[in-house]
Amino acid sequence: MTFTHRHLLGIEHLRPEEIVTLLDLAEEYVALNRAPDKHKDALAGLTQINMFFENSTRTQASFELAGKRLGADVMNMAMQASSISKGETLIDTAMTLNAMHPDLLVVRHPHSGAVDLLAQKVNCAVLNAGDGRHEHPTQALLDALTIRRAKGRLHRLSIAICGDIAHSRVARSNIILLGKMENRIRLIGPPTLMPSGISEFGVEIYDDMAEGLKDVDVVMMLRLQKERMDGGFIPSEREYYHRFGLDADKLSHAKPDAIVMHPGPMNRGVEIDGTLADDINRSVIQEQVEMGVAVRMAAMDLLARNLAAVRGAA
Amino acid sequence: MTDILFEHAKLLDPEGSVTTGALGVTDGRISAVITDDSPRPEATEVIDCNRKHLAPGIVDIGVKVCEPGERHKESFGSAGLAAAAGGVTTMVTRPDTDPAIDNPETLEFVIRRAREAAPVNVLPMAALTKGRQGREMTEIGFLLDAGAVAFTDCDRVVTDSKVFARALSYARSLGALVLGHPQDPGLSAGAAATSGKFASLRGLPAVSPMAERMGLDRDIAMVEMTGARYHADQITAARALPPLERAKANGFDITAGTSIHHLTLNALDVADYRTFFKIKPPLRDEEDRIAIAEAVQSGLIDIISSMHTPQDEESKRLPFEAAASGAVALETLLPAAMRLFHANLIDLPTLWRAMSLNPAKRLGLDCGRMCVGAPADLVLFDPHTPFVMDRATLHSKSRNTPFDGARMQGKVLQTFVAGRSVYKKD
Repeated sequence: MTFTHRHLLGIEHLRPEEIVTLLDLAEEYVALNRAPDKHKDALAGLTQINMFFENSTRTQASFELAGKRLGADVMNMAMQASSISKGETLIDTAMTLNAMHPDLLVVRHPHSGAVDLLAQKVNCAVLNAGDGRHEHPTQALLDALTIRRAKGRLHRLSIAICGDIAHSRVARSNIILLGKMENRIRLIGPPTLMPSGISEFGVEIYDDMAEGLKDVDVVMMLRLQKERMDGGFIPSEREYYHRFGLDADKLSHAKPDAIVMHPGPMNRGVEIDGTLADDINRSVIQEQVEMGVAVRMAAMDLLARNLAAVRGAA
Repeated sequence: MTDILFEHAKLLDPEGSVTTGALGVTDGRISAVITDDSPRPEATEVIDCNRKHLAPGIVDIGVKVCEPGERHKESFGSAGLAAAAGGVTTMVTRPDTDPAIDNPETLEFVIRRAREAAPVNVLPMAALTKGRQGREMTEIGFLLDAGAVAFTDCDRVVTDSKVFARALSYARSLGALVLGHPQDPGLSAGAAATSGKFASLRGLPAVSPMAERMGLDRDIAMVEMTGARYHADQITAARALPPLERAKANGFDITAGTSIHHLTLNALDVADYRTFFKIKPPLRDEEDRIAIAEAVQSGLIDIISSMHTPQDEESKRLPFEAAASGAVALETLLPAAMRLFHANLIDLPTLWRAMSLNPAKRLGLDCGRMCVGAPADLVLFDPHTPFVMDRATLHSKSRNTPFDGARMQGKVLQTFVAGRSVYKKD
């Protein structure tokens, strides 16, 4: 098996063949999830704790379902409500949890690097469910699986990522993953929503949708991260929608069979036209959600195998 | 009769070069500098320096000692020991304590504590505005009388230009030196890294080095307007150098400093969110580091400081964005500076001008010189001794050094303040 990591903290440290291994395993879980009996005991006896220091409905539900389908005991902890408000540090929280002997720790945190820090302090497998503006590896993996199923391959595609790149961990993980798999990546958005030094990422940059979307195979829209903005990145939502919101007209510049993706939750009428988002001929947004569960099952399965190997050797 | 005779020393003269010879000390001051075979004066104690370097002690502008307020992070006792072990014979301390040193009473407390506890000279700076709030100037006159050597709000920029202009004018009328922190506060708000590919990959909030130039441009204009004596605490970006050069050429009373960390580390050292590398302003790109080192060598940047900032484990063991800024450096200043010497970026006399003579001159002190009559504040060191830095050996109460585990060269062997030994390596 070519997947040797203890944690899944980001795409940055994965090799292309490891990405393929994970996606191949996820395909098996797609089949399982569509079967009447959705159970397997790959994680039987293991304890999975979901620690979300930031609000999340979709990702947390996806991880919870993935764990339960593989037979793990799953516990959800909404962290804003508990210790954070009592002044406990992240490390203390980690040490406390560690004493409960979890096997899989799924963490989302508003600060970049927080999940790395936590992973250094616990002796179980840690999965990054999004840290600040840094990475969101399972989202990039589920996007990759969705693209591979829709396009039949995950290389030599022209892929546009549009919108709020600066505040998006999804964009970072996707740029890294799709770059590793040798795709052509275009970033489209206003300069205020582009991270600094972006020209050194090996991507093409556009500030015009019609130009940027020309002949692309995949259009990935990003959510405008209003909660991460401290004001003044765009003049107004209506101007943003006019210039950067995806509608049928702008999409017409892409290839006729181009697919439309969105990591959700969507701001309809801000970054994407509602009708287009629901168009089953173009939008694969629902499929992304389905792939999410399968990819997270695969990721936890692989990490649990590595964990067993490490513990067996000890 | 001479008290101490340093024999067989490599005498490092910041105003000259390195010459082998002897140095005599009488009544706490240098009484003889001999660089030829002429007869030595008779001395009570003769120290054989064994061809190691003897230089003026370091004058470090911008040391944070956490008294009053956070003595668990650093006290005058622990900072004094660290300074002595690092060859720093004069600490010029910062007023960004809690509460800020912004009134004569607090300043007197600090001076008293320093006298009781620190084995090296301590000269305190005071806040420029009350509570470092940037609204009302402090009692600059009273504070000067009480012993403040300079005025600064440290890393808080006085954003209200009117307040800053008045404080500068008032300080000028008293001949007081003001230290500014050149930084545009709007651009740098919330930043934990320097903008660029690395910060973007790590997802860290970042600031362009241009913010430093904008801050410096404003401060230079204010100096032109008020005629104040001004020192920029840290110039760390190449883009800030041309305006600095022009301001100096125009004859304004401006000097500039930089920190040892910006001279020896770059933005990539943060690697996987190592919070001991989080400092203010954030570490820059390698091109900036080299440009700043060259500016020190050319004399455009006058002063190198440690910007010693103790932080306890709790404030550093946090996600990078949330972690406190700053690093301890009193004890690593000299070995880190030796990196610049060994890399042929800055020669030894220039280093000692930047670390000893220039800060002394700027503050009107008579130390920092290797001449008869100067105070015998001296450091005996070997620039070549290799060692691996272990932060557990530091004398500071806080051990947040970015050099933990680093291979370094250059060790302090003995430190003297007014001819009295305050540190000797075992």
